[in-house]
This record gives sequence, structure tokens and C-alpha cells, in this order.
Amino acid sequence: MLAKRIIPCLDVKDGRVVKGVNFVNLRDAGDPVELAAIYDKENADELVFLDISASSEGRATMIEVVRETAGEISIPFTVGGGISSVDHMKNLLRAGADKIGINTAAVLNPQLVSDGARKFGSQCIVVAVDAKYNEAWGEWEVYTHGGRKPAGIRALEWVRKMEQLGAGELLLTSMDADGTKDGFDISLTRAVADLVSIPVIASGGAGNSGHFYEVFTAGGADAGLAATIFHYKELTIQGVKEDLLKKGVEIR
Amino acid sequence: MIAIIDYGMGNLHSVSKAVERLGYAYEVTADKERIMNAEGAILPGVGAFGDAMEELEATGLKETIIQYAASGKPLLGICLGMQLLFTQSEEHGQHAGLNLLPGQVVRFRGDFKVPHMGWNRLKFHQQSPLFRGLEEGHVYFVHSFHVQLEQDGDLLASTDYFGQVTAIVGRNNVYGMQFHPEKSGEIGMKLLDNYLSLCRKPLSVNP
Repeated sequence: MLAKRIIPCLDVKDGRVVKGVNFVNLRDAGDPVELAAIYDKENADELVFLDISASSEGRATMIEVVRETAGEISIPFTVGGGISSVDHMKNLLRAGADKIGINTAAVLNPQLVSDGARKFGSQCIVVAVDAKYNEAWGEWEVYTHGGRKPAGIRALEWVRKMEQLGAGELLLTSMDADGTKDGFDISLTRAVADLVSIPVIASGGAGNSGHFYEVFTAGGADAGLAATIFHYKELTIQGVKEDLLKKGVEIR
Repeated sequence: MIAIIDYGMGNLHSVSKAVERLGYAYEVTADKERIMNAEGAILPGVGAFGDAMEELEATGLKETIIQYAASGKPLLGICLGMQLLFTQSEEHGQHAGLNLLPGQVVRFRGDFKVPHMGWNRLKFHQQSPLFRGLEEGHVYFVHSFHVQLEQDGDLLASTDYFGQVTAIVGRNNVYGMQFHPEKSGEIGMKLLDNYLSLCRKPLSVNP
């Protein structure tokens, strides 16, 4: 059986990690390549780079970061953020990224998902969905532009459409849970996991290792993603894995 | 020198860098002479079986690889590169492979997620120099087709994904790994290192 995955996420702007990372023995706390190598050593199963550069120069720098990272680490990694063309995907994959994350661009142009899947294979295409509960609808709504704009799209319809278009994986962020450290959004994750037959990476809300257990069991997620709690050493990946193993969850 | 065979399919950067990190000189090459003179060769690959065989045939690399394998020097196929070692694949129609090992490449069938993507546990089936200093552990798979061996003796390791899946094959100097050792953390690097160490010595030395 496949192991459940623990995935740290690094926000990168103009080639530098932002949202400080609090590791000791770090030569340069802003160097994404060095941090990626550390997470590889700490037994992360995969990495996500979220490029939040606003300029084309910043995005060009990301290609270099990808190339260097691919030479340093021996686990798969995904690059997302501002990717809106098949050519851009190709450049990142050529530089050594294993998967491409698409978020806003998928909403603006859903065909990008099918084009990418056809060209590179579904396994390369991760659709990132930022979802927030809409009281009036009584269900979750998709947001774009880093969670700033409601898209007027029902999340549960959206994830099925993305799967049909060829998404190989979903990176599902609960905007309600994000930053709370109260745990992943189990009802959202379960609702999505029950609807699709592609892997779901749950994101937003992790505060302790029990939260990972919940999202893997009650939530039906295949992977759990977190940023700050790993960067600030509130949790270690190895610690989370040991707890999961004790509870009988398959991990590597 | 390790020849990483370049036939225009997939990304050779990660595997090249992994070889470099392990301290081996390598060359990404499609040149017949360079490949024939290498101490070891790696046949990588991402993409579709038929496209890959077409490229190998169009460039003459098919003959080169077959000749190279006959020389007795180590050859390692990775992912699609492993599947290419076999007789035939049913990926988008029937395509003949390199036929260095007997077996069929077939699609996963059943009510479960395909591709088989993620970390799965290896089970060793026999002793192999590839496993020196290693215990069974998880490696990273991404594939929708898998190899059905004709001869059990070629199976070095398998994994379980709704049934037994061929993970590592080996016969004499020809090896294959269905997963990506260069993306499989410490175990993957150790498997690669063990393979590369075979490339250093001649295979038939009398002690």
C-alpha cells in the first residue's frame, strides 16, 4: 500500500524563502535549495515550492532554484505559483521539477489542465484548490489569487471537473482552517476525497501530529502539507511520522 | 565513466546529478562509441513506450543498447527505461521492446487509482549485489503500466499495489528499477550507489 505523505511547503519570492524559517545550523535561512536539502534529510516525502514572485524576473529566478534543487535532493518536488502556460510548465519540468501546481490559472483557463496533462502526463499536474465555506450556499467556494478573490465556483463541482480534465492530484487548502493550528478541515477533505479518485493533499490547519492522523483516517487524505509549524520546528517531520507509525498508519 | 543514454525522452537532470553526488563521472550521451566504451550505462525514461522505441530505432540507439548489453557491462533501466528492456508493451497499441529480458508491459487493471504514484515498500525476493547494506523500505513510484515477468528468476524486488508489482529486475548484467531511485531518498541513492559500484569492476574476475 502507498505510504501517507508528509509535505513541507516553502514560499519563495524572487528566489528567496519568505515567512522566515527557523532552523539552527542554517548558513542562509533564505536559501530555498539549502532548506530543501534539509527537509530531504529530515525525511520529508515530497516538497512544494510556492513561487510568490510578482515579476517575470522573479519567475525566471525560480527556474534556477528548481534546477539547483533538483541537483541537491532525492525526493520529488512540486512547483506552483503563477504558472499559466504549457511552455512555462515545460521549462520548470525540464529544470527538474516533478510536478506543476496550478491554481488561479486553472480557474481562468481550465484547458491549461488538460493541455498540461496531455503533454506531460497527469502525474505532473497538481491542481491547487483554495476553498472556503460559503454560508449562503451551505458548501465550499473556490478562491483564487492567493485566496483573495472568490471565484463563484462550488469547490465540490470544481474538483470533479479538474479530475475529468486530467489533474493527477489535488492540493486542497482550507482557508477556514489555514493558520488556526486547530487541525485540518476534515469535512472538506473527506467530501473531496470521496468525490475524486486522484490523490488529495490536505493543507491548512496542522498544529500537531494528531491532526495528520485525523486527516489521513477520517479525512481520507493521501498526504498532509504544512509550512510554518515545520519551519518553526513546532513539529518535526520525523516526530509526526513516529506518532503515525505507532497508530498503525503506513508511512515511510 | 557512466553513460546516461539520451534519446530525447524525459528529464535527465535529476538522475545525472544523483550519479554525480555519488562520486561517479558521467556523460549524458547518444553517441554509440561513448556508450560502448562506458563502464556502466543507465537508460532513463519518462513518457510513452511507443514514442521511446521509435526514438531508439530512429537514432540507432536500439542496436547500440543491445550490443552494449551483450558486452556484459552493467545496464540499468529506470522507470520507462526498465519497461523498454522487455519484450513488448501494450501502451497505446502493441510495441516491441529491446527484448533483453522476457516479459510483457501491461496496464494496471482494477478499481483503484492509476497511476501508481507515491512511496511504496519494496519486498526483496532474492539476494542481489544491489541490496548490499540495505533493508526493505519505501521508494517512489510513478507509473500506469507494469511488467509481467515471464521468468520469476528475474524478479529481485516487488511492491504491493493491489497485487504484486515488479519493482526491481535483474539478470546477469541487465538491471531495471520501475521506481525512481533518484527520487527515493536514502534507499534510492543506496540502490543507485550499489549499481554504480558494479560498474567499476569487470564482471568476470577470478578471485
